[in-house]
Amino acid sequence: MAKEFVARGADLELKQIRKEFPGFTAIDNLDLHVPAGEFFALLGPSGCGKTTTLRLVAGLESPTKGKIFIGGKDITATKPHERPVNTVFQSYALFPHMTVLENVAFGLRQRKVADPLAKAKDALNLVQLSHLADRKPQQLSGGQQQRVALARALVNRPSLLLLDEPLGALDLKLRREMQTELKAIQMEVGLTFLHVTHDQEEAMDMADTVAVMNLGRIEQMGAPETLYDRPKTVFVSKFLGQSNLLVGDVTSTSANSISIDVAGNKISVPKNRAEKHKGKIAIGFRPEKATFSSKKPTATSAKNVIGPGEVLDIRFTGVSNQYLIEVPQLGNITVFAQNMTHFAPIEVGAKVWISWDVENSFGLSDLPAKNVKA
Amino acid sequence: MAFAAFGSANAPAAGKPTRSGKVVIALLAPGLAYLGAFFLTPLFALIMVSLEVPDPNGGYAEYVPAFEIGNYFYVISEYLPHILRSFGYALAATVLALVISYPLAYFIGVKARPWPLLQKLMLTLVIAPFFISFLLRTLAWKQIFSNESWIVSSLHDIGLLAPTQYVVGTPFMVIFGLTYNFIPFMTLPLYTSLERLDLRYLEAGSDLYASPSKVFRKVTLPLSMPGIISGTLLTFIPIAGDYINASGDFLGSSSTSMIGNVIESNYLQINDYPSASALSVLLMGVILVLVSVYVKKSGTEDLL
Ligand SMILES: Nc1ncnc2c1ncn2[C@@H]1O[C@H](COP(=O)(O)OP(=O)(O)OP(=O)(O)O)[C@@H](O)[C@H]1O
Ligand SMILES: [Mg+2]
Repeated sequence: MAKEFVARGADLELKQIRKEFPGFTAIDNLDLHVPAGEFFALLGPSGCGKTTTLRLVAGLESPTKGKIFIGGKDITATKPHERPVNTVFQSYALFPHMTVLENVAFGLRQRKVADPLAKAKDALNLVQLSHLADRKPQQLSGGQQQRVALARALVNRPSLLLLDEPLGALDLKLRREMQTELKAIQMEVGLTFLHVTHDQEEAMDMADTVAVMNLGRIEQMGAPETLYDRPKTVFVSKFLGQSNLLVGDVTSTSANSISIDVAGNKISVPKNRAEKHKGKIAIGFRPEKATFSSKKPTATSAKNVIGPGEVLDIRFTGVSNQYLIEVPQLGNITVFAQNMTHFAPIEVGAKVWISWDVENSFGLSDLPAKNVKA
Repeated sequence: MAFAAFGSANAPAAGKPTRSGKVVIALLAPGLAYLGAFFLTPLFALIMVSLEVPDPNGGYAEYVPAFEIGNYFYVISEYLPHILRSFGYALAATVLALVISYPLAYFIGVKARPWPLLQKLMLTLVIAPFFISFLLRTLAWKQIFSNESWIVSSLHDIGLLAPTQYVVGTPFMVIFGLTYNFIPFMTLPLYTSLERLDLRYLEAGSDLYASPSKVFRKVTLPLSMPGIISGTLLTFIPIAGDYINASGDFLGSSSTSMIGNVIESNYLQINDYPSASALSVLLMGVILVLVSVYVKKSGTEDLL
């Protein structure tokens, strides 16, 4: 194992992983494949099992059931120090008795890599902290500690790098810089990154593939654009961006689309964009894909229309406004519209119709917990 | 050092006693008075006695104040073997206590964390011997290893001891007794520092390719250094001055006498007060030097 610096990443495969803590199942039947050299983001709410998944891969926790492969090799029973994996810990875990530089050089020294200090200095340069090399971790700010943790893992060039919210403590500007830096390193060296984050923008921006995790399972996985364009479950549609959901029974089916009836409105979705074609289903659309007008537009086979509704609230966010519109019997619908003028085109209390293209609708496989009354 | 960083930020301006400054002085006063009355005064008296000379006109055990530095040279030349033996025994017993206590403290403080009840039980067991006077316990060991005991006769039978050799009165027995009596003083500080050890550092170590033994040497050991330092100080210092274990009445014999025994016999039996005092001062001085070198070397001045 001596001093090989891997030239490129290895792929990671989790097969039927289950992890039980006393009285609690944190991971349930998790299947995951991360191709070599990919930037893979694991996105999910707090407590869904992201850190547990990383700990299983790092070997700090052993699965109750299932197998883990790195580069095709079964490493389920391998000790953490023998795995070609490094972790940027959510809690940083920088050694308090060592200087920043020694922290970064630690992994290199263990593997007897030549000239560890010079390499550690380079890594510190990369995270813009070379001027703090001689400090102890306790003398750094949270964001600085986080960057040291990043350098300490990156410097080893592991075939698989696990990042547990590695940028959470950084301000927006620094976070963007580090994101660019990370992405550049990943591309340049061809490492495999498994990146855990709460931040959906970060996940969509950086990752080749995003997996949305919920309650210890992967709900959906795919390229960021696909996930956003075609969420399959209520959870994904709400967790990755915002969605308006309408629930109703399927009333008619044509060659290409199906339609549901929602309080007298006919809402359609292309067949190939719907998970379910029968019974009660939920159809969703993104707030920025809809428009509103104060005159009722004509519904066509290519356009869904609902309304009229009343504008409850207008939220100014700079480039766009978020309009909250209450449609009787359908609930509240959100519409985003770019601020093309210096004033909002409508006011709170206005009566509007909402329309969007049928081909921008998506049909989900499950129903929202709190059904909109029909 | 770490505290200095905080201190400077809100330290009151020097010279002008602020309200909190007065409170600090008021709170410190009893302690300072105590130190003055019960530490500095006797220390001064001890030093004065150590420099006295026999009264030329007086009888046996009568001394007059003088400034006889020669007393120190006398005790050093006379009792050098005892001095060396004291520190040798203290070193051996401290190292033994550390080697025995560390795994014990590690088990209680780290491995037993999921079972707080077990932790408490084991801690109680560590302290339990204190419920019986240590004189009695030491005498009990003397019984156990007495010349007539089955342990010693078995040792004779299997030939580990020559027929004329016994256990009580040997350096082994004294070091054993010292180790036994001071183990709790080593275990407790070790436990306190291991109990606070953040296991995430150990995980980070193994994630960075360190084998379990490397993690122990590079992470666990340095992080438990404060416990090791205070444990070794709490055992080494009292052991160097101990006179019970090595005394002929307990586990030792005349060939195992330590400084404590010499001081005791000089004071209480031959009434050579200046020599006894000079030895006491010497013992204190040597310990002071050893401890400060030790603490400096191990880089934990923060501790003192
Ligand atoms: N050692 C443990 N014993 C019992 N339960 C645990 C243990 N570790 C984690 N859990 C539980 O497992 C679940 C998943 O935890 P995990 O740390 O993986 O969440 P996470 O997705 O990383 O959350 P966050 O985004 O807040 O970091 C949580 O409900 C947590 O309470
Ligand atoms: Mg986590």
